[in-house]
Amino acid sequence: MFASYLLSGWIVASLVAFAAGFTGFFVVLRRESFAAHALPMAAFPGAAAAALCGVAQWPGLLVAALLGVALLFWLKRGQRRDAATALALVALLGLGALFLSLSGRYANAVYGLLFGQIFASSPADIPPALALAVLVPMALLMFFRPLLLGALSPDFTAGGAKGDVLFLIILALTASFALPVTGALLVFSLMTGPPGAACTLAASPRTGLMLSVVLAVALIWSALALSAATGWPAGFFTGVLAALLFLAARMWRRARQAPQLPGPA
Amino acid sequence: MSLAVSGLTVRLGGRDVLREVSFSLAPGAFCGLIGGNGSGKTTLLRTILGFQRQAAGRVERPQTAGYVPQKLQIAADMPVRARDLVELGFSSPRFFFPLPSAKRRQRVDEILAATGALGFANQRVGELSGGQFARVLIAHALAGDPRLLLLDEPLANLDLRAAAEIVALLRKLAARGVTILVSAHDMNPLLGAMDHVVYLANGRAASGPVAEVVRTEVLSALYGYHIDVIRVHGRVIVVAGERGVQAHGPEHVVAIP
Repeated sequence: MFASYLLSGWIVASLVAFAAGFTGFFVVLRRESFAAHALPMAAFPGAAAAALCGVAQWPGLLVAALLGVALLFWLKRGQRRDAATALALVALLGLGALFLSLSGRYANAVYGLLFGQIFASSPADIPPALALAVLVPMALLMFFRPLLLGALSPDFTAGGAKGDVLFLIILALTASFALPVTGALLVFSLMTGPPGAACTLAASPRTGLMLSVVLAVALIWSALALSAATGWPAGFFTGVLAALLFLAARMWRRARQAPQLPGPA
Repeated sequence: MSLAVSGLTVRLGGRDVLREVSFSLAPGAFCGLIGGNGSGKTTLLRTILGFQRQAAGRVERPQTAGYVPQKLQIAADMPVRARDLVELGFSSPRFFFPLPSAKRRQRVDEILAATGALGFANQRVGELSGGQFARVLIAHALAGDPRLLLLDEPLANLDLRAAAEIVALLRKLAARGVTILVSAHDMNPLLGAMDHVVYLANGRAASGPVAEVVRTEVLSALYGYHIDVIRVHGRVIVVAGERGVQAHGPEHVVAIP
């Protein structure tokens, strides 16, 4: 299906989608879509700073995303968290733009970091992606019960913030590894579209999680195939297919539920 | 003793929400925790559970305690059925969410049957009625096999019939030896079921058998204001007296025309 030079891109994208399917399930359940949007944004200047210093992207992304977690958490405690968080994100984006501009690789790098360069992945990107695809599902499966209970109500887990911090760190990890593949703007679609559809369709949490992972991988494969066939960017297909998938799931559930509604007497 | 609270003081934001609260409950007791909004009912329950730290005093309770939080809302788009919520209540294993097994399923079915929730076991919790949801929350709390069950306003927002059914269910559990501590702002649905009452006002508590606590002198002393306790047809009405009126004996209770 793909030429050999596309193979590493395909492998990296599959691994990232696998991890994103796991993380995304909890993103949707815990209603952390905003954080799933914000953390890739926070990671963006990290990658830009790495480009400026001429070092590898992963460490820069990871450090910046973890700083983003600390920032989100700190802002959450304040009163005006939405406005403050939005402004912090804008400031970080601007910082990233500055770093990239200083690095002298502005246009190309911005495009890659924001919209993804799946086919630019090299075999060297496979080990970190593999580590992500092993570590993130392991962590999420281990804390499945407390994370799920916390998603239902903080009162089930003593209202502590431990679960929140843990989850945001896992989210930051996923975001920073997925960012170079799908881009900062589209990691988000991978972590909300397939899991959102899975939560709508699945009966139980277990099937929901499995369906979320299957749909995320299927989504990235479809996006890659369509991109290879048309020459259009894979990011475009990721975003549009994620939205369509969610829409289709909602319509399917509504259609299935409709006859069960009590009719007029 | 199943639950013993002594000299409990809890401070929140520089204010004593609870001041030297003491009471104890025998195994299988059915105790109402009565008080108005902001009287510290939730704080007391959370302190007993260990979710909230006390400034002073002791709590002795069984290792396993079940908790039904108040005002819980679960969205209908959560892929969590009634039986899943009950299964999440199993205290072991603490982590992971093991693959379904016949044994776990059977245990879930038993708990659902005992709480009258088997009929809607496969519905999403977000789609249940208030009374059904209350049963499932109790089933979730029972999954850990607790000797003490704490419920925070489980009857709020329930219609009269659903409330009576939940009270009957709690009574059945108490008869099996589970100590019940249930908070409510209105004690009437619990009258006839509860054998013990903890009445909270001004951060302080009066506790004991219902007939000893729910009296004009006791509640007036607790509120520091004249309170009339009126009993009509087996119901209790607690009303604030007129300004300046001193607390008198029960013979001064005002009759309703």
